[in-house]
Amino acid sequence: MTRLTRWSAAELAARIHAQDITAVEVTRAHLDRITAVDPALHAFLHLDASAALAAAAAVDDGLRRGEAPASPLAGVPLAIKDVFTTIDMPTTCGSRMLQGWRPPYDATVTRKLRAAGVVIVGKTNMDEFAMGSSTENSAYGPTRNPWDLDRVPGGSGGGSAAAVAAFEVPLAVGTDTGGSIRQPSAVTGTVGVKPTYGGVSRYGLVAFSSSLDQGGPVARTVLDAALLHEVIGGYDPQDSTSIDAPVPPVVQAARAGATGDLIGIRVGVVSQFRGDGYQPGVLRAFEVAVSRLRELGAQIVEVSCPSFDHALPAYYLIAPSECSSNLARFDGMRYGLRVGDDGNRSAEEVMSLTREAGFGPEVKRRIMLGTYALSAGYYDAYYGQAQKVRTLIIRDFAAAFEQVDVLVSPTTPTTAFRIGERVDDPLAMYLSDLCTIPANLAGNAALSVPAGLSDDDGLPVGLQVMAPALADDRAYRVAAAYEVARDGADGGPLAQRVPDLEVVGR
Amino acid sequence: MPTISRAEVAHLARLARLAVTEEELDLFASQLEVILTSVARVGEVAAVDIPPTSHAVGLTDVFRADVPRPGLTQQQALSGAYATEDGRFRVPRILDES
Amino acid sequence: MTAALMDYDEVLERFEPVLGLEVHVELSTATKMFCGCPNVFGAPPNTQVCPTCLGLPGALPVLNGVAVESAMRIGLALNCSIAPWCRFARKNYFYPDMPKNFQTSQYDEPIAVNGSLAVQLSDGSLFTVAIERAHMEEDTGKSLHVGGSDGRIHGASHSLLDYNRAGVPLIEVVTKPIEGAGVRAPEIARAYVTALRDLLRALGVSDVRMDQGSMRCDANVSLMPRGSSTFGTRTETKNVNSLRSVERAVRYEMCRQAAVLVSGGQIVQETRHFDEAGGTTSAGRRKETSEDYRYFPEPDLVPIAPSDDWVARLRATLPELPWQRRARAKSEWGLSDLELRDLVNAGALDLIAATVDAGAPAAEARSWWVSYLSQQANSRGVELADLPITPAQVARVIALVAEGALTNNLARQVVDGVLAKEGEPDEVVAAHGLAVVSDDAALTAAVEQALAAAPDIADKIRNGKLAAAGAIVGAVMKATGGQANAQRVRELVLARCAS
Repeated sequence: MTRLTRWSAAELAARIHAQDITAVEVTRAHLDRITAVDPALHAFLHLDASAALAAAAAVDDGLRRGEAPASPLAGVPLAIKDVFTTIDMPTTCGSRMLQGWRPPYDATVTRKLRAAGVVIVGKTNMDEFAMGSSTENSAYGPTRNPWDLDRVPGGSGGGSAAAVAAFEVPLAVGTDTGGSIRQPSAVTGTVGVKPTYGGVSRYGLVAFSSSLDQGGPVARTVLDAALLHEVIGGYDPQDSTSIDAPVPPVVQAARAGATGDLIGIRVGVVSQFRGDGYQPGVLRAFEVAVSRLRELGAQIVEVSCPSFDHALPAYYLIAPSECSSNLARFDGMRYGLRVGDDGNRSAEEVMSLTREAGFGPEVKRRIMLGTYALSAGYYDAYYGQAQKVRTLIIRDFAAAFEQVDVLVSPTTPTTAFRIGERVDDPLAMYLSDLCTIPANLAGNAALSVPAGLSDDDGLPVGLQVMAPALADDRAYRVAAAYEVARDGADGGPLAQRVPDLEVVGR
Repeated sequence: MPTISRAEVAHLARLARLAVTEEELDLFASQLEVILTSVARVGEVAAVDIPPTSHAVGLTDVFRADVPRPGLTQQQALSGAYATEDGRFRVPRILDES
Repeated sequence: MTAALMDYDEVLERFEPVLGLEVHVELSTATKMFCGCPNVFGAPPNTQVCPTCLGLPGALPVLNGVAVESAMRIGLALNCSIAPWCRFARKNYFYPDMPKNFQTSQYDEPIAVNGSLAVQLSDGSLFTVAIERAHMEEDTGKSLHVGGSDGRIHGASHSLLDYNRAGVPLIEVVTKPIEGAGVRAPEIARAYVTALRDLLRALGVSDVRMDQGSMRCDANVSLMPRGSSTFGTRTETKNVNSLRSVERAVRYEMCRQAAVLVSGGQIVQETRHFDEAGGTTSAGRRKETSEDYRYFPEPDLVPIAPSDDWVARLRATLPELPWQRRARAKSEWGLSDLELRDLVNAGALDLIAATVDAGAPAAEARSWWVSYLSQQANSRGVELADLPITPAQVARVIALVAEGALTNNLARQVVDGVLAKEGEPDEVVAAHGLAVVSDDAALTAAVEQALAAAPDIADKIRNGKLAAAGAIVGAVMKATGGQANAQRVRELVLARCAS
């Protein structure tokens, strides 16, 4: 039964829909796995076994009645990052501020998953309000990396990435504001996709930075990610920034990539993303990946995007600015934590005490940074200037995509770092997002696909593939072709080489 | 090189409604200064003729039809509240007019 | 504490007032600005809410297209230019009646700019008020302060919040500084707000009920010493909730500020609160830190870029505007300048025109509004337009009289019923049995009774003295409480005596 958890979502779905196995069996196997390994990992903040089994049973019942599956993923278990609202489960965003909060509505992503017959098993851990690159900023304790339990699983979506890497679920949903899907995927050996901004509805995604946040899939294979992308993607009239166009044909692209080559595809290597600050093993793994792309027939071109050097500082002005406003609503008046209401203190005092007690240090830091950047007298020098950098980054991408079809880089400069290593050094932590941020600022599609292990520490490395906005399928095609080639060269999928946690234990 | 004083941090904390502690004032003052020094690099970009980008997608004119949709019941609306009274959210006394 | 006040004439001798008026208007769209919740007044608390207008984590705004069109139509009617591209911004400040702790509002990119509104003063002259901008924003929820006196904020033990109003679409119309008003400043302020109200009513975009808060005015007042061209420090007076209050608040602030200035004091730039009962303004609690709203473009909404074509289509939908209507009324109803001015001053012209539009003859419509309804408004101390009766309802009453279903006396009773909020005219007629009795059986019995009670008169009629029938008709009318159809009663009396 345990082996069921090793299968891909596509394989599970095929077997469930053929009624070889039941969705209930599949769900139970994953719940058992979670029971066995999550005490060591802490990927989940909330589990709902009975709701998951009920949802799985409903899929089985439908199939038995001869109904067509609601989607290609009907019956497959999935975990949701605790930043999407769920009417039947708490939504805490990894914050004490929202401990136990049960939203009275489902996010569009949640609603689409339910409608697709996907079995939601629970909510995954994250850096508080998605601010962080290690999941250490969760008010509920860190998640550990299944490759090395002393290391972080990346962040902010470390819970989703760890859960998928450790075979607790075949699929998870994350959100990516500056790399929060791709960077955890890179350091846990999973596939993580940030779709084109506007490709997946943000309705019900608790906002960190509205102009950058984007939900997307986490999986162990490129095809699984594509299948999930098509379930959660698409136009939503409840999100003004949602793109009113069909989801790019990502599943078709993933299948085509897996069976074909890359002849005629021009791949640009971003020259800015190398050099100082990059772990040598990561760079070597990246070079190997690039040569594999060349072997597949891709034409490799060096591309310079000079404004990418300013992406990180621009991001650390825009995201905190928007977050300072987005998180203002957490004041203890209508929902969530309230502190200091002794019947005598004023609303204003209670708000300040509540926010002081409810937010962790990184969230407070960013709120104050954003408050500063938006203040009268500083706006032009900081926020305004950052928005101009954003324009330059969009122009660099546009120029690059005139020369090449996709851009590649390491997903993150290093492999997973040790828990505690960067908590007291915000700037070091921020560098984790160096390569992922430009795609958020420009809004285009980008993904991370496993690129083997770093030869200096044996930990997973991610290859980032960036495509133009609305051309998500291009990134999938390249990643799928690469995935097959790498698996062939390495003698099997990287994900299958994760240490067996039940043996490792803790 | 931006410098940020304890007093400025205290002002920011007031604006952001954070009842920060004395220790936090020191910590945030030093950390914000480091971060601001680092991000001040955005100022290096000579950008007189560069328009700012506020939205990643170039959409305009996204509107909703003026048609009512079902919302929440009063019970659902109040479900997350710390305290309620007569169908309303009960909050501590408000000192100022808005 | 009462402030020292300077005599009004003396104020004008020494100072020139400068006004700025900011009027907030709630649009009467079916739904709120950014969500599909019904935009209704008076529902039970927190029943017209959803995740978006409650500011729940994760919820997003989607702009109401009709609200945008209303804003553009208001802009066009005010002779504004419509911005070819504009955005919303977030105005960040904490306040419990604001669910997101920011207000989504247009800041430096209003949808309509640079317009004007010509307002008519009591002497018949016109004064043109320059309009700075008309922009869109959202309303806040309502707080109820408990435990203090009279629900006031001071001394309250706690507050209760209702978010039904949160997110209701607002248009804020802001004037440019109004200079050169001199002695007429309070009157111009009132006339401007009146003209704006009439314009918005003609556009059909708002209920414009100051008493219900669907139209609210903030009055900025400052004084310039005579001979100076530098504006003085201004105050902003809020809670000015009637046309009369607009005039009073401006006048009061002029007298108060003048007294402060001549005694060597300085005007503090502050928000003041108008006290309707006392006709005075008072300062709010001084804020510890000056506000810094940290505006930035709202990332959850995309820009608005009205095409020329769209603007032209909206321009074509503009109805007859008040000044056009005035010109037409004057010619069609054959009014003199003086008569027209009286109607305008009484706030009756648009109401009469609307009543005519609803099917009533102009003479009757005019008669109702300038006599009986004006008396009612006076005795209640409200503006004519704020009486709880609509032109359509008045037209219906006029129609009932014309059909013979009501006498003039009964019609007034029906109007009283409508004013007492008992329902539509027909409902009031039914509820009180006010209809004229034309039923022959009932009337015949009453006629027989009256003839029997006055045999001598009956004889006179039988002998051909038909004029004597009037006495019997009168007796029948008295017996039926005035509800009989007098014409029919007369016919029945004559028929009875002829046989």
